[in-house]
Amino acid sequence: MLAWTIYLSFAGALLQALLPKGRPALSRWLALAVALSGLALAVLGFAAGMPNHFARFTIVDAPWVPSMGIHYLLAADGISLVLVLLTGLAAVAGVLFSWNIEARTNQFFAFYLALIGGVYGVFLSFDLFLLFVFYEIAIVPKYFLIAIWGSTRREYGAMKLALYSFVGSAMVLIGLLAAYAASGSRSTGLVDLAHAGLPVSFQMWAFPLVFIGFGILAGMWPFHTWAPTGHVAAPTAASMLLAGVVMKLGAYGCLRVAMSVFPHGMDPWGLTLLGIGSWRDVFALLAVIGIVYGALVALAQTDFKFVIGYSSVSHMGFVLLGLMTLNQIGMTGAVLQMFSHGIIAGLLFAIVGRIVYERTHTRQLAELETMHLSKRLPFAAWAFVIAGMASMGLPGFSGFIAELQVLVGAWIAKPWWTIVAGVGIVVGVAYTWRAMQKAFFSDAPPSPHLHEPGHELAAITWPEMAGVALLGAATLAVGLYPRVLLDAIEPAVRALLAGGLQ
Amino acid sequence: MNYLELFRATLPETALEIAALLVLVVDLGFLRKAALTVRAGTAALLGVAGCAAALWMVPMEPLGGLSYPGTGELLLAGGGTATAAQIGILALTALTLLLLIEAVFTRHVGEYVAVVLMAAAGGLLIAAAQDLLVIFIGLELLSLGLYILTAFAKKSGASAEAAMKYYLFGGMSAAFLLFGFSYLYGITGTTNLHQIVLALYGWNAYHAAPLLYAALVMVAAGLGFKVAAAPFHLWVADTYEGAPAPAAAFIASVSKVASFALLISIGTAAVHLFDGMPGKVEVVAGIHLNPQPVYLGFRNAWSELLVVLAAVSMVVGNLAALAQVNVRRLLAYSAVAHAGYILLGLAFFSYSSRSAETILYYVLTYGLTTIGAFGVVGVVERATGSSRLDAFLGLHKRSPLLAVVLLVLFLSLAGIPPLVGFWAKFNLFAAVLGVQNTGVALVLVALAVAMSAVSLYYYLQVLKRVYVLPAVDETAITVHPTTLTVLLLIAVAVVLLGCFPALLQGWIAGFYGGM
Repeated sequence: MLAWTIYLSFAGALLQALLPKGRPALSRWLALAVALSGLALAVLGFAAGMPNHFARFTIVDAPWVPSMGIHYLLAADGISLVLVLLTGLAAVAGVLFSWNIEARTNQFFAFYLALIGGVYGVFLSFDLFLLFVFYEIAIVPKYFLIAIWGSTRREYGAMKLALYSFVGSAMVLIGLLAAYAASGSRSTGLVDLAHAGLPVSFQMWAFPLVFIGFGILAGMWPFHTWAPTGHVAAPTAASMLLAGVVMKLGAYGCLRVAMSVFPHGMDPWGLTLLGIGSWRDVFALLAVIGIVYGALVALAQTDFKFVIGYSSVSHMGFVLLGLMTLNQIGMTGAVLQMFSHGIIAGLLFAIVGRIVYERTHTRQLAELETMHLSKRLPFAAWAFVIAGMASMGLPGFSGFIAELQVLVGAWIAKPWWTIVAGVGIVVGVAYTWRAMQKAFFSDAPPSPHLHEPGHELAAITWPEMAGVALLGAATLAVGLYPRVLLDAIEPAVRALLAGGLQ
Repeated sequence: MNYLELFRATLPETALEIAALLVLVVDLGFLRKAALTVRAGTAALLGVAGCAAALWMVPMEPLGGLSYPGTGELLLAGGGTATAAQIGILALTALTLLLLIEAVFTRHVGEYVAVVLMAAAGGLLIAAAQDLLVIFIGLELLSLGLYILTAFAKKSGASAEAAMKYYLFGGMSAAFLLFGFSYLYGITGTTNLHQIVLALYGWNAYHAAPLLYAALVMVAAGLGFKVAAAPFHLWVADTYEGAPAPAAAFIASVSKVASFALLISIGTAAVHLFDGMPGKVEVVAGIHLNPQPVYLGFRNAWSELLVVLAAVSMVVGNLAALAQVNVRRLLAYSAVAHAGYILLGLAFFSYSSRSAETILYYVLTYGLTTIGAFGVVGVVERATGSSRLDAFLGLHKRSPLLAVVLLVLFLSLAGIPPLVGFWAKFNLFAAVLGVQNTGVALVLVALAVAMSAVSLYYYLQVLKRVYVLPAVDETAITVHPTTLTVLLLIAVAVVLLGCFPALLQGWIAGFYGGM
């Protein structure tokens, strides 16, 4: 059943490409229908996993290239199910916030649904070759979405993003080829590769290669620079998907491929330099730097969307840090943070890119200051307050429980990680507060043109309200009752850890 | 020699030659007053029929190939690489002929088709050749045809210039090749590939090691020219740019398939040198094999040469392509890069038929993709008068189908799944690592994968103009229905073969059933 999330999305993309030009309404409703059915399937799949405690189950297993042991193997465990659910939510919200796309609408949704299909595919693949195929399918639509429908420096942002992604996936491909050859060229199944007994010396170089390859897409410092420019250049729906699910592809790859197939790559080197004694320490350090650096840079931005872009780098640092704790609570927190950040970043980008920018035509905080948006766009202001509180990690929202778990896990592993990351949280409160204050609640004298005719802001439309409600409800629901996801994530993480990660 | 046997072994070549003559007779004899489009259509269809007849005859060739009487030394191989490559050559030739239908570069369509068919016959010979003399004759037959095809647009100065450059470089490389062959014959006393490789492990060759290396370098230069490997690639960009589009497609696909089939034959001979003489293996190995560690023998020296060619081609091709502003030149340098990837597969050649299969897979699908690419370039060129990048601006508005075809083909060339180009690369690199998964092989595969990441940039430069940048001219481009059908079929094949890679792979592996 879950496999149909992939097929439906690709079929929807094909159908959109074949639609006649000049029928934007038809194409919107079709896209919404496809995204909603994807979400419905994801929810059903999630519910179906509940009775047997989210144990891994196979969806499809068919020989694809028998002579090379490559299988078309789709399966799911608790982690996949949570991320598939996230993809479903983000896809629906993205369609809702793209309701105003008028130019080449059918092409937009064709690329959009192709991207969604690739993302579903990655989260459901349990064959490394298949996973890689879906992973690359997700790259090309991103380029066109940003380059055609984007804004600020879109061609630059799009090309940078495509090249970063492709360099990352080239590193993954090298790791995949090498692992396939080193395991005797029998199978590319993730489970088979993990059990192939790859030599430790091999894992020692394959692990960092593949981890960085996926990490580039997860916004790992210092390979994060595609993220802010890409997010800013992208049209709203694409930046929601980029931050919401595409960065999760990277983090998911780090967990599912790099850490599961090459677990011994995280073994100690046997020598310690400045407190760093293994690849695990290296990547944890990079994650911590990313948390603090992203937050500090976000504090200094003048462009509203760049603030959110850098905040993504900071929040994704928590995911990577959680993964590197290698303990139950930290890794559970990392997966929950993937979900949580996907929802919250989607909401923030929607408010900034769609609700505010499409009406004010500026994202400069200094110009927004003079517009008194809290009075003129109260809906946007209150939505941003909710999203901002969720992003700061206040209790009651999903970000709180996720970041708390990561910090506890980090404390167990190495206390100083927690201390530095805690600084990042404090700065996170500061930049969110600053952006909120400047954009919505400023006391600055109003610009003289404000009340002239032609400067009225358009009313909020129903797709915008529906999108905000959907994402806001999701983050609140998970924040108030995290067990609903934790029940799925915990057994899967336990199984991963028991499977020889450590 | 039994002429009946010879006739049987060269049935497909004969069919092509007869078809070539038939085309000439029909075109010059019966259609002198007819319109050009009718003549082009008839000639192309007759040519395709000739290819079909030759395809039908390929299975009639003797399976054991054709041997020199009394010795058992093969002149022409049968089955395996030879048959698969011949079928590929014929199918690709037919596709390039279909592109002729809407081309307007010449009034001499009959002659054009005849030359294409004769050159293809040369390609068939090369694909099966196991003897230095047959190889040389086949190469010349193919090359002479290609020089003529390049010059066929008589009203275009670029075409004449390209042909002259191609001819001068080609003549020189043929001279190198022949010189190298003569050394090889001098060292070993035989012209049969297997016997040469075997003799090169003997005392004579050991004492003539410097001469052997000189010979191998010259052979590599000659063959490197044919497959457009750097640093013997200087002709490629000019030829691809100046030649008429269908001729360029033919050069980029058929000639590549034939030359790589020859390289596969050499590689197979090198790894299978003791086959058929089980009793003597130990004796030969014990006495003659590698008398001193410094002597590389044939296989190691040849591999090292190919490694250098592969690495240089990948880097030079991809980096030079970044700077191109003309799509044809871009395709030319990307051809150099692709030759580099394939040479990597040849440098690490497996004893089993796996390497041969993956290389054939790569070169056949690459040929198919390039024919499609040149087909699109030809149409755009006819509409805009240029093949520069800017000629492709707004193509998605001017001809949405053509734009989709180009999107699929270029992404496949860049190696994006699920298109066939990705699978070809994966398969090839997996085979290389299957032979040796450490050291040089691993580094080179990493280089190849990194370089294909570079290649995405220049393919996207074209696609950006097709889909992203605003159009300067939005008039629709009309495409001849035949051309459009051919191009769409190629695009569909690229997608389907990529989604179901086992189809073509199983088909190719079927030819190696006995090995």
